Amino acid sequence: MKVLLVDDSKTMRNIQRGILTQLGYSQIEEAVDGQDALDKVTSFCPELILLDWNMPNMDGITFIKEYRSSGATTPVIMVTTEAEKSRVVEAIKAGVNNYVVKPFTPDILSQRIQETLSRAAA
Amino acid sequence: MDSQFIIPFIDSVTNVFETMLQLKVEVGTPSIKPAESESHDVSGIIGMSGDVEGTIVLGFPTASAERAVAVFTGMEMDSKHEDFADAIGELVNMVSGGAKAKFTDRKVSITCPSVIVGQHHTVTGRKDILTIHIPVECDLGNFSVDVSIRDALASEAAA
Repeated sequence: MKVLLVDDSKTMRNIQRGILTQLGYSQIEEAVDGQDALDKVTSFCPELILLDWNMPNMDGITFIKEYRSSGATTPVIMVTTEAEKSRVVEAIKAGVNNYVVKPFTPDILSQRIQETLSRAAA
Repeated sequence: MDSQFIIPFIDSVTNVFETMLQLKVEVGTPSIKPAESESHDVSGIIGMSGDVEGTIVLGFPTASAERAVAVFTGMEMDSKHEDFADAIGELVNMVSGGAKAKFTDRKVSITCPSVIVGQHHTVTGRKDILTIHIPVECDLGNFSVDVSIRDALASEAAA
């Protein structure tokens, strides 16, 4: 399973990488913002993307709109401090498959990853 | 400043430290911070704009900040380490984002965080907005959340 982590914070990428490694995922690529992610999706071909919202250069919501407009169907989980219902609705409408609010426990992120992949496989 | 703007920060800092650091914190009594008072050695700063505007500062003594970063990241690093500021920035990002979510009837945006590392620095906010100093204690040491925001909607209505 190839996973792309998109977050401008190295700390958060490291935390998420640790959780993914514990879940058994070892093919992990990182991107520091939405533009970097768009540059990497073509060559890396991720099967799951964890996406921050607030990032410099290109934010997560702009990334998901551009990514979906290209026809990509890879499951995307938004992992963000943006916790308002209106933000969740906006993200879902833009094409994210699931949503995790920071701060999160490893169990919550693991659970969301597993339910997102199960839904995508169904 | 109305307490409705302070309680979300108390709840959020408690939640962030309990969830990400597995650490109970004890929040002291908030007070108005004097304009010329000294800040700490490490400050994570976030700007708010929209219906609520101003600045949030998570301020630490060096020792508390280094301990907090070690627990948060799982890696020992001093304040000069290249990833130290990133970790402090993410903490203030989560504290501010969690509080922002409680402003349910207002549209608010937060900036990407900035971090200052340097002993005995001061962070000066807008002169027309009071700063509320929220002291916090935990097993890692003491730190604070300084909330300097105003209700832009109410200010516009009053003008």
